[in-house]
Amino acid sequence: MRHIISILMENEAGALSRVVGLFSQRNFNIETLNVAPTDDPTLSRLTVTTVGDDRVIEQITKQLNKLIDVVKLVDLTEGQHIERELMMVKVKAVGAQRAEVKRTTEIFRGQIIDVTPSVYTIQLTGEAGKLDAFIQALGANTLLEVVRTGVSGISRGEKVLSL
Amino acid sequence: MELLSGADMITRFLADEGVEYIYGYPGGAALHIYDAIHRQDKVHHILVRHEQAATHMADGYARATGKPGVVLVTSGPGATNAVTGIATAYMDSIPMVVLCGQVMSHLIGEDAFQETDIIGVTRPIVKHSFSIKHPAEIPEVLKKAFHIATTGRPGPVVVDIPKDMTAPTEKYEYVYPKKVKLRSYTPVGRGHTGQIKKAVELMLKAKRPVLYGGGGLILGQAAELFTELARKLNFPVTTSLMGIGAFPQTDKQSVGWLGMHGSYEANQAMHHSDLVVCIGARFDDRATNNTAKFCPTARIVHVDVDPSSIGKTVRVDVPIVGTATSVIEEMLSLLDESRSAPDAAALTDWWKQIDDWRASRVGRLYEPAQPGEPMKPQQVVEAVWKATKGQAYVVTDVGQHQMYAAQYYKFDKPNRWITSGGLGTMGFGFPAAMGIKLNKPQEEVVLITGEGSFQMMMQELSTCSQFGIPVKIINLNNQSLGMVRQWQDLNYNSRHAQSYMQSLPDFKMLVESYGHVAMKVEKAEDLDAAMEKAFALKDKLVFLDVYVDPREHVYPMQVPQGSMKDMLLSKTERT
Ligand SMILES: Cc1ncc(C[n+]2csc(CCOP(=O)(O)OP(=O)(O)O)c2C)c(N)n1
Ligand SMILES: [Mg+2]
Repeated sequence: MRHIISILMENEAGALSRVVGLFSQRNFNIETLNVAPTDDPTLSRLTVTTVGDDRVIEQITKQLNKLIDVVKLVDLTEGQHIERELMMVKVKAVGAQRAEVKRTTEIFRGQIIDVTPSVYTIQLTGEAGKLDAFIQALGANTLLEVVRTGVSGISRGEKVLSL
Repeated sequence: MELLSGADMITRFLADEGVEYIYGYPGGAALHIYDAIHRQDKVHHILVRHEQAATHMADGYARATGKPGVVLVTSGPGATNAVTGIATAYMDSIPMVVLCGQVMSHLIGEDAFQETDIIGVTRPIVKHSFSIKHPAEIPEVLKKAFHIATTGRPGPVVVDIPKDMTAPTEKYEYVYPKKVKLRSYTPVGRGHTGQIKKAVELMLKAKRPVLYGGGGLILGQAAELFTELARKLNFPVTTSLMGIGAFPQTDKQSVGWLGMHGSYEANQAMHHSDLVVCIGARFDDRATNNTAKFCPTARIVHVDVDPSSIGKTVRVDVPIVGTATSVIEEMLSLLDESRSAPDAAALTDWWKQIDDWRASRVGRLYEPAQPGEPMKPQQVVEAVWKATKGQAYVVTDVGQHQMYAAQYYKFDKPNRWITSGGLGTMGFGFPAAMGIKLNKPQEEVVLITGEGSFQMMMQELSTCSQFGIPVKIINLNNQSLGMVRQWQDLNYNSRHAQSYMQSLPDFKMLVESYGHVAMKVEKAEDLDAAMEKAFALKDKLVFLDVYVDPREHVYPMQVPQGSMKDMLLSKTERT
């Protein structure tokens, strides 16, 4: 099953490589990963999506917790949560395509954030599945470039991941 | 207020931390530190002949004393030479602090002379690592390094020290930090009482229980409590290879150690048990054989300081995260308070079964040598046991000799059995033995090695001459990489690809050339006399080159992918 693990870690050189190294060292899988400092500049928040059965996920969280740089973590998929991913795509947009692409973007509630006579750059936010669907809808022959941030997540309601 | 250079802070900190010996080898990036060592007399430096030996010396010391071993090496090749020793310590959870010189900060990343990203290289084999970013932070970082290395599940910590951090002209205030605070690191303490109660209930109901101790009992100084628990319960006691010594092996409650080359009765007992109470072992593949067939009728209680050890390879019914001492203490008091006692009738039957397994093996452990035949390695180990009255620190390398040592030397105390269990590092033994002897000069320290392993670290004969380290070395010379050869006999139709040691040195001449004593023993009738002579020479390194049967195999040997009880018992018998 797919899990979203959200980690608060020391914002220090080498911390990220310990987390990433752990995944390859122990043969765990990383689907997406993102990391950035938080409001507290001594902490970074890292979100990783991974797949594995219960035993593997238990090992992943235990091994991550063992890293000295990891301060706290939560498996968001254990509870109600919100996940989002940001994607930017560059698509060919000439002739009739321009209107078609624009319409599709609107349906998916994306925004065109840059324009040239032959290219649209579109921004879209949502769950990973929605981004996949958008790419599908655009069709392979219009796509020029895709960039995705990877999943970020937060729990619903009162629950917070903080010190 | 005291102003010190980074280099002086290092030596001063080590002295304040109570470190007597450090093991190392100098080089450009570490020279400020070496100069600081030269200018003080509290911390003594042992100059090895290869950095790997420095790490194993520190490791051996740590295993025998429970205190962290400290290593100092230079950047680049000095640091990479230490890698095998760091990995060895990591796999067996040994507390160690490795100080590595590094090129000057402004050169890092430029492929400077002798630059290696040692933090990167060692990342998967350390408990943690630090880079010094400013000389003033040296005391605090070192304190953190020692704290992390020695608490919780211990392990090696690397500290990378760019040369400019130790410059003699740059001085900063030095205060020995008495305490450390790490918000993201809190080693576990007591176990969950509810879980411990559940475990005790299972113990009181069990009909065929086994108490299974691991290296965690030794590291956690819990052997005495474990023994008390075993006595109170009257359960059969087994250990992992690393747990040897946690319970007296000459006690009749001991069924020996378990696993691939463990005892017949230990593996049988595990397989047929209805309750395994494991404290401080990690159920690794050499201990469990095929996990799908592991202990099919047993409930498993697993106590460990490291939560990630629990449920990693086998399913566990009652997980308990906590230190061995605190959990055993709580078990003992719960047993005292309990109105019920272990099921005596069931235990009587269980012991009868175990005694039968035991009896079936008496006198059949190995085939004694016929007159005129080469000695058996097992009999040599038995002779060492006799000669040292079972009281020695016994250090091994890796191979058949290691297994014979584990099988035929009987350990009644913890910290006396010193072996590289997790990584299985040939070359570990000699330096590890040196580290112990140096720090415990009154104790008998015996290295049981093989001619293959010994050649991996034999340059340390020189270190022993320089510092006067009189270890006793028993070289079980089977003129082959015996363990490899055994697998080739079993799995490759005796095609001995590269397992034959050609051009062996004359070990006697070699050892004597360093000023030590050496004897060659080729006949069984000379063995006891040679042992006696060797151990009588208290202040000399003595090397016994004992010629043993190259065709011998280690048995029992679990059948690959089988259950615990599936064992080869000799070249012709199996369970
Ligand atoms: C550094 C290292 N290289 C290779 C091995 C694989 N290995 C395990 S046992 C063994 C043979 C050891 O030979 P020797 O020291 O003579 O011991 P014996 O088995 O003959 O008693 C080898 C090569 C190892 N454990 N460590
Ligand atoms: Mg050999």
